[in-house]
Amino acid sequence: MKEFKILAVIVALVGITYYGIEPYAHHVMHPEVAPADFTFKDLKNVDTSLVGNVENGKVLVEANCIACHSIESVGHPQVMPNADAAASYGVVPPDLSGAGWIYDKNYLANFIYDPVSAMKLQHKFTPESGKAFPMPSYNWMSAQEIMDIVAYLQSVAPTAKSGTESHKKTFEAACGRCHSMAYAGLESTTPIDTIKTYMGATPPDLSQYIKSRGEHYLYSFINDPQVLLPGTAMPRTGLNKKAQEEVIAYMEEIGDRKKAERESLGIWVMIYTLIFAILAYLWKRKIWSEVH
Amino acid sequence: MAEFKKADSMLEWFDQRLGVVNFAKVMMTEYWIPKNINFLWAMGVLLSVLFTFLVVSGIFLLMYYKPDVNMAFDSVNYTIMQEVAYGWLFRHIHAVGASVVFLVIYIHMFTGIYYGSYKKGREMIWISGMLLFVLFSAEGFSGYMLPWGQMSYWAAYVITEIFGGIPVIGDELVVWIRGNFYVSDATLTRFFMLHVLLIPLLIIGAIVLHFYALRFPHVNNEAGEFFDFDEEAEKYKAGDKKGSKVVPFWPVFLSKDFFVLGFFMLFFFYLVFFHYGFAMDAINFDKADGLKTPAHIYPEWYFLWSYEVLRGFFFEIGGISGKDLGLIAFGIANAVFFFMPWLDRSPMVKPANQRPYFKYWFWFMMVDLIVLTVYGKLPPTGANAWVGFASSLTFLTLFAALPFITKAEAKKVGGK
Ligand code: HEM
Repeated sequence: MKEFKILAVIVALVGITYYGIEPYAHHVMHPEVAPADFTFKDLKNVDTSLVGNVENGKVLVEANCIACHSIESVGHPQVMPNADAAASYGVVPPDLSGAGWIYDKNYLANFIYDPVSAMKLQHKFTPESGKAFPMPSYNWMSAQEIMDIVAYLQSVAPTAKSGTESHKKTFEAACGRCHSMAYAGLESTTPIDTIKTYMGATPPDLSQYIKSRGEHYLYSFINDPQVLLPGTAMPRTGLNKKAQEEVIAYMEEIGDRKKAERESLGIWVMIYTLIFAILAYLWKRKIWSEVH
Repeated sequence: MAEFKKADSMLEWFDQRLGVVNFAKVMMTEYWIPKNINFLWAMGVLLSVLFTFLVVSGIFLLMYYKPDVNMAFDSVNYTIMQEVAYGWLFRHIHAVGASVVFLVIYIHMFTGIYYGSYKKGREMIWISGMLLFVLFSAEGFSGYMLPWGQMSYWAAYVITEIFGGIPVIGDELVVWIRGNFYVSDATLTRFFMLHVLLIPLLIIGAIVLHFYALRFPHVNNEAGEFFDFDEEAEKYKAGDKKGSKVVPFWPVFLSKDFFVLGFFMLFFFYLVFFHYGFAMDAINFDKADGLKTPAHIYPEWYFLWSYEVLRGFFFEIGGISGKDLGLIAFGIANAVFFFMPWLDRSPMVKPANQRPYFKYWFWFMMVDLIVLTVYGKLPPTGANAWVGFASSLTFLTLFAALPFITKAEAKKVGGK
C-alpha cells in the first residue's frame, strides 16, 4: 500500500512536469490558428455558381493556356524542356491535366482571374520589386468564360485514386515544381537556383517535413501559408481537402516509412514485456514469501 | 604455482582458475542488502539495464552513422531510420533511453536525498553518483549533437557559447572546445569521439566506483536504520530468513528488481514505439543550418532546470551584468549537489518526512525544480522572465539555507 502511495507521488510529479514541458509549452510556442478553409471564401472575384460550358472552355483553353502549359492527358505536350521553361518563366508552368481535380473550384476560378491575389503573394510581386508573376491575370474574361475553363479542366481531370502511386502524382503536381523530396528520389522540376531568384527563398526539401512540422501544422500551413508564416514566399496553392490529404499522406509515406512496422511490432513487444513482468512478479512473490 | 588436481566438473575447472564460486558468493549470494526497502531501491538496477540498452543500441547505430556535417543528418534520418532493417528501432531505443535514463537518475538521486543516503559513511556513494550524473549529462549533450539537426546545432552553439563568459580565458576556451570559431565539422567529430569513446569509458569506470563504494557502508533502508550486517547475515545463513534484516543480492533483491524492471519496461517500450516525440524534438528533423536561427532554442528537458538558473538572472545587480550572474548561478547549480553530504549538517538518517525541518526543504526544492524545468522551456519574456528569476533565486537560497536549517534540526532532535 505504501509503495502505491510512493508511486502515486512520483507519477504526479512526473505528470505535472511532463504537462508543463510538452503540451503546455507547445501550446505557448505554437498558438492555435484558424482552421483550414477549403472553400477559400476570401476569394470572391468570380461567381462560381455559374454552370460552365465544357465545349467553350476547351476553345478558351486552347486559345489562352497551352502556349505555356502542357495538358498531357489530352495530348498537348510540354512547350519546352523544364530547364528552359524555368529560365523563361522563373518556375516551370504546371501541366494542367490534373488541375481540375487537385484545386478547389473557387480557388481555380479566382486564380485564373488574378493569380497573385489567389496565392496571397502580393508582398512578393509589388511594383517596387520589379517582379511580375509570369502568368497574366485573366480579369478581362467574363465570369462565365472563366467557369467554362474550369468546367473543361474538370472534365479532363482524372478521377481520384488511392495508394502511394497516386499520392505521389498529387504531390508532384501540387508541390514538385518547387520542392524536392530527396528520400523519394524526387527533385523539383524547376532548378533550385532559378526558384531562389524567382521567389527570393530556396524551397526546402520536404523529406522529413512530416516529422519536423507534423501533420497538424502541415494541414493548416498548406491550406494558407501566410497564416502561420506571414511573409513567406510559399504560395497558397489552393488544394482541395482530398488533394491536400493525399499530399500529407505521401509526405508521411516517405518521411515516416516505417510507421506501420513500428506500430505492429510495438504491440508484440508490449505483450512480450507484459508476460515478462507477470512472470517476474510471480517469481518475486515466491522468493519473498520465504523471507517475510 | 600451486598444484592442480584434475577437475571433476566444468564449474570446478573454472573455480580452480578463477575462483568463481567465491566470486559469486561475494558479488551475489552473500552480498547483503537490507530487507526493509521499497521499489525506489530498484532504480540503480534500472539504470544499469538502461545503460546496457544504450550501449547495445548505440553499437548498432555506430555501424551506419557518419560523423560528417554533410552526411550525418541523412545517415541518421535516411540510412538508419529507413534503409537499415530495424535501424529505426535502435534509434528509438537509443533516443528514448537517453531521455528516460535521466528520469530514472533524477528519481534515484532524490530518493537518495529523501532518505539521507549520502551521509554517515555513504559520502563516496553520493560523490561517485554525482560523477555519474555529470558524465551522463556530457554524454547526453554530445549525443544530441550527432544527428546534426537544427536543435543539435543551435543547442551546441548556445551551450558552448556559455564558456565564453568565463573571465580571461573565455573566448579562447570556446574556440578550443569547438575546434573552430563556430560550431563546425571539427566540433561534430570531436563530440562524436567523446560520445562513443571517452565518456562511455569514464561512465563504466564511474559505475564500478559507485558499486564499489556501496560495499562498505552498505545500502541504506527505508527507516534509515543502522544495524550490524555481519550479524544479520549470520542469522540469514543459519536459516532465520524471516528474522534477519538482510537478504542476499541474488536471488532475493534482484527478484524484486526484475519485477519492477518488467513494469518499467512496459512503460519504456510504450514510449519507444508510440510516444517518442518528447525525446526526439520535431525541430531536430530539420537539417542544421547555421544561417537560420530557430524561433525557440532550448536544451533537452533534463537540462532545463539548470538552463533556467542560467537565464533567470537577466538584469544587472550590484554592478555585475545579468549574463555574468547567470553564469555564476549556473556554475553553482551544477556543482552544489556534490556537496549535499556536507551541506546537510544534521546527523539524522531518516526519510525526509520524519525530519522536522528538512522535510520542508525537500518538498520546496522539488517544487522549485519543477518550476525551473517548466519555465526553462517557455520563452523568457514578460512575466516568465520574473518567474525564472524568482525560482532561480529560490534555488540558490534553498542551498544557502540548508546548513542552517539542518543545524537547527540537529539541535532540536538532540543529535539523534
Ligand atoms: C546512472 C548511473 C547509476 C547507476 C547505474 C547507479 C546504480 C546504483 C545501484 C545499483 C545502487 C544500489 C541499489 C539502489 O539503491 O538502487 C545505487 C545506490 C545509490 N546511488 Fe546510484 N547509480 C547511478 C547514478 C547515481 C546518481 C546520479 C546518484 C546521485 C548523485 C546516485 C546515488 C546513489 C546513492 C546515494 C545510493 C545509495 C542508496 C542507498 O544507500 O539507499 N547514483 N546506485
